[in-house]
This record gives sequence, C-alpha cells and structure tokens, in this order.
Amino acid sequence: MRDTRCGSVLTNQTSRPGPLEERDTAIIQLSVVTTFHNSIIMRVRFVFVFLLVELLMLEAINLTCVRGTRRLFKDLNFTVERGELIELRGPNGSGKTSLLRILCGLTTPAAGDVLWDGKNIRALGEEYSAVVVYLAHQNAVKDELTAIENLRIATGVSGHALSKQKAQNVLANVGLSQQQNLPARVLSAGQRRRLAMTRLLTSSATLWILDEVLTSLDESAMNLSREFMSEHLKNGGAAIVATHQDLNLTAPSVKRLQLS
Amino acid sequence: MTEASVQSMFGWLVWRDLILAWRRRADVLATVFFFIIVTSLFPLGIGPERETLRAIAPGVVWVAALLASMLSLGRIFGNDYQDGTLEQLILTPQSTYLVVMAKVLAHWVVSEIPLVVIAPVLGLQFGLSQNTLLTVMVSLLLGTPVLSVIGSIGAALTLGLRAANVLVALLVLPLYIPVLIFGSGAVQATVTGTSAQAWLLLLGATLIVSLVFAPWATSAALKISVE
Repeated sequence: MRDTRCGSVLTNQTSRPGPLEERDTAIIQLSVVTTFHNSIIMRVRFVFVFLLVELLMLEAINLTCVRGTRRLFKDLNFTVERGELIELRGPNGSGKTSLLRILCGLTTPAAGDVLWDGKNIRALGEEYSAVVVYLAHQNAVKDELTAIENLRIATGVSGHALSKQKAQNVLANVGLSQQQNLPARVLSAGQRRRLAMTRLLTSSATLWILDEVLTSLDESAMNLSREFMSEHLKNGGAAIVATHQDLNLTAPSVKRLQLS
Repeated sequence: MTEASVQSMFGWLVWRDLILAWRRRADVLATVFFFIIVTSLFPLGIGPERETLRAIAPGVVWVAALLASMLSLGRIFGNDYQDGTLEQLILTPQSTYLVVMAKVLAHWVVSEIPLVVIAPVLGLQFGLSQNTLLTVMVSLLLGTPVLSVIGSIGAALTLGLRAANVLVALLVLPLYIPVLIFGSGAVQATVTGTSAQAWLLLLGATLIVSLVFAPWATSAALKISVE
C-alpha cells in the first residue's frame, strides 16, 4: 500500500510540470544559450517542488475546534511530513482528542481544512481512510470475542484479512500468545491495549494517529510500542501522537505541538 | 478497492455480528419471547370465539412483530458505539453505506428471522387456516427487512442519548405504519378469501425503496452521532 502511495505521488509529479515544459519550448525559440540556462533552473526548481510534495503528507490549515460553547483552539496550522513524528501535548481538556478526531475525519472542524497530498480529506473519503490508522482512547476490542478473533475480524473488516497463522504471529509480537484464545473480557487493561496495538502492526496505513498510546502499558509494552513507532517512521510513515509522557523516539524529525 | 475485498469485508462484518449475537443469545431470545407472549395474551384476554380471533389476528401478529423488532434496535449500533468499534467501522476504507447494510443484514437474520419462523405457530392460536399462515410468513419475510433498515435510522440517530429506547419508538413507529398497513392488509385479505398479491407487491416495493434509501440516512446519522 505504501509503495502504491509513493507511486501515485510520482505520477502526480510527472503530470504537473506540463506548463513548465511549454515555457521551455517557448524559450528555445529565443536563444539556445538561455534555453539551456533556463531549463537547468526549471529542472532544479522542479526537483525542489518534487521533494517538497514528496515529503509533505498532511496539512492542517486554520483549524478551529468548538466543543459546545467552548473554543478549544483557533487557527491551528501545521504540516506533517514523511518520517515525521508530531508529539501533541497539552493539559486535559485542551482538545488533543478533538484535534486527532478532526485529523482522521471523524469530526468536522468548526473552521479550516485538512489536506492530504493537497486534497481535502472530506473529498477523499474512503481513499483517505485507507492510509490512516486511528488508535483511539477506547480500544475497540469486543469483550465477547477471543483475542485472536478480535484481531482477525478487525483486519478482515478493514480489508486485509490475516490467516490464522499470521494472526498468531502478530499476537506473539505483542506478547499475547498465551491469551490468544481467551475472551477479551478477561484480559487486563494493559493486555487489551496491547491487543488494540495489533491494529498498527497489521495495517498498511502511512499515517498513524494515536491517542495516549502509552496508557496502562507496562515497561515492556511501552518499549514495544516505541519500537513499532520508530520502525514506522523509519519506513517513511508519519505519526501524530497525543501523549503526556516523553516518547523518547529517535525519529528523523520530531515536532512538538502544544495546545493550551 | 477491488470487488472481492469489498465482498470479504462485508462478509467479515456480517460474520462478526452473527458471532456476537450467538455469544449474547439471551438478548435475542428475549425478543422472541416478547413476540410469543404478546401474541399469546390476546387470545387469552379476548376469549375463544373463533370469528373475533380470526378478525384481529392480522393486526395482532403484525403489531407484536413491530414492537418485538423495535426492542432489538438499540443493539444494532449500541454496543459498537460504546466500545469504540463503531468509529473504527466508519474509518474502514469501505463506504459506511456497506457497513450499515452488513449490520442491518445481521440484525435481520438474528432478530427478525426467528419471528418469521415462529409466527405460523402463533397464528394457530387464532385459528388461522394453512393458507393464511403462509401469507403471514410471506408478508413478514418481506416486511421485517423494512423494519430493520428503517429502524437502523432511528437507532443511529439516538446513539449515546439518554432514554434512547423511548426516542427510538417515537421516531421509528410512525415510519413503520406503511409496513403495518400492507402487512396486516395482506393477511386480512387472505382471511377474507381475496388475493393478497396486491398487498404483498406493495410490501415488496416498500422493501426495495427502503433498502436503497434508508442506509444513506443511517450512515449520515451515524457520522453525526460519532462526532
């Protein structure tokens, strides 16, 4: 999935410099020397624009969020690039979850737009859903289903069903091999969070939107989730993480977004 | 998204809801028992006169089916809403229309099919003929999917509200009126010895129209409720 995204960015780019090339041919008619010069400049500019768009994924423009009669934030602008981690900080009730929900398209902002690859996520619809995974405060784990059923059904419903063997491997990755056939009802809070984390491992999404990932996780699970995030960022994905703790990630680029 | 993967996503969702219903089968049984008890109370209360019972049977069976299916509406989205699964379903790369269709289909299989199956047995209490019992079944078979799909609009609109059950009744029962008229009309026609075909055709038309349009309304309502 990630490769195809890159592919589509590339094709966008090759079709975009059309007008530039028209101007190229116009310059040829003027003089050979200037044409050579100009085309170099154009190529350089083209490569520059190309890199910029290649890196840029998500863009939030003048986001305003109103909850009831309270305005949580106003005119929030930021961008998210490939391989970048955004740490979203702020006291309780400052609108972190609201912002994350706006970014994944669940909530409509009172004003402003969210763009993905330059297109509004409202217009993209399901196409955007395919590149985003959202780990909410709630685990979206079904009490009546066993751990492995939860995993297999969740992946099946989102379009990339796992075989039983693969599902067992994924559960082993998050340390739930022993619990795979237990109903989620009897799992502890931390184990349920681990189960929710499997959604990150099984999804092919480029953008991870995570709400308080480290909540109720023990030391080893915290390290595990850090490992998953680092791996994701290294592979050119991006993550927006609301957190109260320091993530201590060695990401290529970490931005901190403070809500007050 | 290829057609095969859409199909498999739809299948997984229906399968999931069926497993969940099986693991919570007490809820399903409650609906069926409600239907059985309500329809049985009428012959007990009114007395054994054959003619009276035969005259009220179509209305009673259909009203009881309406009320019974309304009891189970809260379960279509309620549990998924509470544990955060509904958000994830809305965020899946398939359209919410299909999510709604899958959930409505599962609700119909779990909560309505038992009513269709048990209705002829209950009809015996009213002294209905074999022919009429068949019409009862056919009319319920055509009418109950409408109840599920229209009910899903009310269920989606009242998600997370207090007194959601009462509100659902107020929202949805008026919309059920055409189904009630056509359904009991069909049974009435058979009781009086005329053809039920016209009523059943109307019921079928209602089914098609509501299957096409109601899921749109439901998915819009879901997105509002989740916000």
